[in-house]
Amino acid sequence: MTALDVAFAAAGVVASASGLLAVTTRHVVHAALWLVVCLGSVAGCYLVLGAEFVALVQLLVYVGAVVVLVLFALMLTRAPIGPNPDISTSPLHRVLAAFLAAGVTTLVAAALLPLAGPARRRAGTATGDLASALFGTWVWPFEILSVLLLLALVAALAVSRMADRQGPDAAQTLAESAGDPVGKPLAEMAGRPTAQSAGELPAQPAGERA
Amino acid sequence: MIHLAGPYLLAAILAGLGTFGILARRNAVLVLIGVELVLNAANVLLVAVGATAGDRWAAGNVLTLFVITIAAAEVCVALAVVLAVFRGRGDIDLSEPGP
Repeated sequence: MTALDVAFAAAGVVASASGLLAVTTRHVVHAALWLVVCLGSVAGCYLVLGAEFVALVQLLVYVGAVVVLVLFALMLTRAPIGPNPDISTSPLHRVLAAFLAAGVTTLVAAALLPLAGPARRRAGTATGDLASALFGTWVWPFEILSVLLLLALVAALAVSRMADRQGPDAAQTLAESAGDPVGKPLAEMAGRPTAQSAGELPAQPAGERA
Repeated sequence: MIHLAGPYLLAAILAGLGTFGILARRNAVLVLIGVELVLNAANVLLVAVGATAGDRWAAGNVLTLFVITIAAAEVCVALAVVLAVFRGRGDIDLSEPGP
């Protein structure tokens, strides 16, 4: 056991324990907050392994952006505050999932641990070397990744605007008017909110009768 | 000097925890938390191997940065889809069939 091993073990134990809490807690918001602890201690592991820049990017992107996005999504989907058993599946399903997760852990560990070997010198990567590799050898993958990020941004906007156009309760109204063979296609073709057209359509025969 | 057994074990544990999170959650946003844990397992492996194997083009670190970027893009699109589903269905419970 070297000093680096001890430091890595400390960060790794925190990461494992908080990861376990993040996937088992009954509080919806606590799961996201335990994820912050887990990702932060994984960043500590990167520091121990000598990858300072990756650790900082992990903190900035994961803890700073991804978890904030997750928290926003939890708020926008009206996540309940307080313990809520409905966020996990049934106990039988959870036991099966735990068996499968234990199998995954055993498999990966059994495949990797024989390759660990004796203690090795930690080379680490200086940030300058990382920068020249990133903008030299890896520059085209880097540029393609920026296009991917732009595409993801546009796709997220398009998905949310598509949902806007259908109206807030479009699915519910569609389900209600599913028995009406005329109302549903008409409402879809006209592209107007289905709640309005579902209210208008039954009124037309009444007007004809009058 | 560092033993690689620690990073390997941490990667295995994080992958298992992420699998459990994906399988045992009904809330769609919490399933994403499991996905993040699995991606972090891969990142730990990449950084550990890159730190000790003397990689040529800093590949361990650069590929970790790429994985983090792709994870950010994935979360962005996935949460947009989750919000669209929430507006359409009124909940994001994955264990109930939709309307």
